[in-house]
Amino acid sequence: MTDNLDDLDYLDGNAAAGPLSEFFAIDVVSARGRCASCGRIDALATARLYPNSHGLLLRCPGCAEILMRLVDTGDSVCLDLHGLSFIELRRG
Amino acid sequence: MRTGWRVAEVIGVTPETRTARTLRLRLPGLTGHRAGQHVDVRLTAPDGYTAVRSYSVASALPGDEFDLTVEELADGEVSPYLVHQVAVGDQLEVRGPVGGWFVWDPADPSPVQLIAGGSGVVPLMAMLRAHAAADPASPGAAAPFRLLYSVRAPDAVYYGGELDDLARSPLADVSVVYTRQAPAGSGRPPRRLDAATLVESVLPAADNPAVFVCGATAFVESVADWLVQAGHSPDRIKTERYGGTGTRP
Repeated sequence: MTDNLDDLDYLDGNAAAGPLSEFFAIDVVSARGRCASCGRIDALATARLYPNSHGLLLRCPGCAEILMRLVDTGDSVCLDLHGLSFIELRRG
Repeated sequence: MRTGWRVAEVIGVTPETRTARTLRLRLPGLTGHRAGQHVDVRLTAPDGYTAVRSYSVASALPGDEFDLTVEELADGEVSPYLVHQVAVGDQLEVRGPVGGWFVWDPADPSPVQLIAGGSGVVPLMAMLRAHAAADPASPGAAAPFRLLYSVRAPDAVYYGGELDDLARSPLADVSVVYTRQAPAGSGRPPRRLDAATLVESVLPAADNPAVFVCGATAFVESVADWLVQAGHSPDRIKTERYGGTGTRP
């Protein structure tokens, strides 16, 4: 992983496992989600992750729309999930 | 899975190359980790400024210890400190190990193809170590494992002695492609990894291997494209980009 990223560079959704572990009791990047924009269903780990200085964006690998947005101000952390129409967890 | 920030203690440091070092950390309460997971490390400056970076776990240890191998980035805010300054007895804030996607599961009997670009070998080494340490009764213990490691020069290789031992063992096949400088006396010039070399080095698509690719973004993009062109199913290819524009293979 890296110390610096430009806007055109991205990581895999699995790199968001740490920040998202503050919200979810399970490893949510292994869960499948549906893009609210194009309907693609895939593991969140396969989405494109764009970290920035105050959080991260997760974009659909199919249509590039935003699936998830996390903003961390230090005192609080906010998760915007409106780009996902569902998340499916696999038990066991 | 552990969540939130916790304090780990540095209990060992091992140089890997001139610019990379392995830190062994102890995290009280941790009960093992999965091969391929990563850890977020947070440094806080005296003025309160924080920087968080993710590093792959290199080890496959059962208890409350794990290894991170860190490559120094010249303009980095975190890596120079971890590579040159942190000492045994120091404490680090960590979150994880986390990640359940880019992991090898000893219960999976599939053959495994690992493809590393440079320091992308770190989480793949964890998988090789987990495979070597697997309970012989687990389905994955007998799975064929193969590593293709693209690296700049002999002095940039991580875990060289251990990879040599693995290559001589029945546990794994190891191929190394040197991209800038080949070992003295090897008789082969350095070369970029290309589609043809990749295809002749990896397990065939017909074996339906689980493929794990880790490296700089450009490396991962090229390798994943070549694999799909060679007939590997995109569903069988898991990737971990560590960012940076890097170089293409």
